[in-house]
Amino acid sequence: MFVRGLKRKCFDGEEDIEGTLAGIKAIPSYNLQRQSLLDMSLVKLQLCHMLVEPNLCRSVLIANTVRQIQEEMTQDGTWQMINTQSTGQTSLDRLVSTDILCRSSREQAEGKHVPGYSTFNKDFEDDQTQDSSETMSTASSVQAPRNLQSNVWEMENPQENRGNFQKSLDQIFETLENKSPNSVEDLFSEVDNSYYDLDTMLTGMMSNTKMGHCDGLETFSSPTTTTSNSNCKSDLNELDHIVEILVES
Amino acid sequence: ADIISTVEFNHTGELLATGDKGGRVVIFQREPESKNEPYSQGEYNVYSTFQSHEPEFDYLKSLEIEEKINKIKWLPQQNAAHSLLSTNDKTIKLWKITERDKRPEGYNLKDEEGKLKDLSTVTSLQVPVLKPMDLMVEVTPRRIFANGHTYHVNSISVNSDCETYMSADDLRINLWHLAITDRSFNIVDIKPANMEDLTEVITASEFHPHHCNLFVYSSSKGSLRLCDMRASALCDKHSKLYEEPEDPSNRSFFSEIISSVSDVKFSHSGRYMLTRDYLTVKVWDLNMETKPVETYQVHDYLRSKLCSLYENDCIFDKFECAWNGSDSVIMTGAYNNFFRMFDRNTKRDVTLEASRESSKPRAILKPRRVCVGGKRRKDDISVDSLDFTKKILHTAWHPTENIIAIAATNNLYIFQDKVNSEMH
Repeated sequence: MFVRGLKRKCFDGEEDIEGTLAGIKAIPSYNLQRQSLLDMSLVKLQLCHMLVEPNLCRSVLIANTVRQIQEEMTQDGTWQMINTQSTGQTSLDRLVSTDILCRSSREQAEGKHVPGYSTFNKDFEDDQTQDSSETMSTASSVQAPRNLQSNVWEMENPQENRGNFQKSLDQIFETLENKSPNSVEDLFSEVDNSYYDLDTMLTGMMSNTKMGHCDGLETFSSPTTTTSNSNCKSDLNELDHIVEILVES
Repeated sequence: ADIISTVEFNHTGELLATGDKGGRVVIFQREPESKNEPYSQGEYNVYSTFQSHEPEFDYLKSLEIEEKINKIKWLPQQNAAHSLLSTNDKTIKLWKITERDKRPEGYNLKDEEGKLKDLSTVTSLQVPVLKPMDLMVEVTPRRIFANGHTYHVNSISVNSDCETYMSADDLRINLWHLAITDRSFNIVDIKPANMEDLTEVITASEFHPHHCNLFVYSSSKGSLRLCDMRASALCDKHSKLYEEPEDPSNRSFFSEIISSVSDVKFSHSGRYMLTRDYLTVKVWDLNMETKPVETYQVHDYLRSKLCSLYENDCIFDKFECAWNGSDSVIMTGAYNNFFRMFDRNTKRDVTLEASRESSKPRAILKPRRVCVGGKRRKDDISVDSLDFTKKILHTAWHPTENIIAIAATNNLYIFQDKVNSEMH
């Protein structure tokens, strides 16, 4: 199997069909790597909720990184489908606020519920049998932010929250395509090598809308047109599948 | 031995204090130079050890309060005793260190062991005399400044007026009087009304060395704010804001994290400030807010590894920085037990290693080099073989001489410059 890539275009709102991959570890696409970074950050935040008292500076920095990724994803259209289907909620609502992400145990004492992305868990089996139509994947994602919004204001007791976190963290591990790692170390050991590529990708330009140069993406092979689904539908299936798993978790 | 969490020389350099994760403080004293060996300079030996903080439990939040000493600051010496402030996450304590080398002997009513004498045996009066005894160092807690902080204290700084000091946590800075423990004044508060809006925290702060009304604090977004306490009681509005615009060619998701300032130090002259962020140290002129006057790369080879360093949390390591006595050289720590020194005048820099294997006592340190691919010399270390668990976060420089103290996890290294050229 070979890696096919698409030259990344200007993020001006058009649906951007990513370079599809035969092997994830070969040359991951920017979006996929960005998504991985997002997931890693969310796991970090959730893990820090489990500590006795999280380091506020670290939590704030991670939360800001998450917000940055979300903003960029909103701008480049990855989340645009969600917005068009929403019932009047602005894209900013999708951006998870620091308090939700950085919730420390003292907030728990006040009874606020902070699910983070834990409420995004859906039945994995359902997603697997779906075809690759984007509406399906985005529809399920649409529901999740609303869950998030409503859950923010729920008052639940801390015990339940801790239970929820543990449960949702387990679910995160289970729903990822690899087996069910018992620890975060297991989880990340699988993708460790790819992060060096991630470094190259992500330490380059982030949200430069004038997408002339993209050093990391120079390794991609010749560009193909981006609009038609037909010539990469099967790849899209696979990509969406992967993205769904990562997003849903 | 526990992990050292802070290192600080006193104002003369005679004493060196270290705090550790177990809440202990160890003070070293420099031996006076021996007349017999005029070329050997005084070495530091343990002077006193005491338990400064104990672990506590906050019952309201069901949280443990760590006893780790975050910072130690010496007070200027005003009498025979030495004083220092030590702080953990929540409580600051003022300790007085005194020496006792004489004791009275020949009491009339008590015998040598202190027991009351049988009065019938007392036939004459004697005047007690002071006799020399083995030196005893006594450390007593004189003040405990508690309940001033909701968040974790990251800095303390004694004012040049020698009467007040400030303590800073993630969101607030308090001003205390050294003699008053039940009251403190809040001078900076950046806590937003809605914690959901929190995007920036205070990372370090320090009083100006000469102007008792000026202090600076740094933030997680890489900015410095100079505040004047004469302007208002609450210094939420800075007098000067020092910020360097982001370099668009280096922008990434990690830009903000690596711009977070982990330490800020005024120069001895008071004209400059030194800041440390993840990859660089910068010298700022107080008169110029737009950008630093000097920037030094500490370990730029890590720039391409930021994602891995984010994953293993190393990107959140808080390195400290230090000036030498004449403000001509700056120093900071790095990974693999390396520390770096930059000469501001010659623009030369050196990487040295603090480890047992690489340095025997009195041996001259060999400069180290990290190679980033390309040609590799013998003894070079490649970036991928750096040990990220061996980090030098805390370093201190003697106020006047070329003596540095380096904390490498649970070991303390003290390096001295051999002044006499005959020894080289």
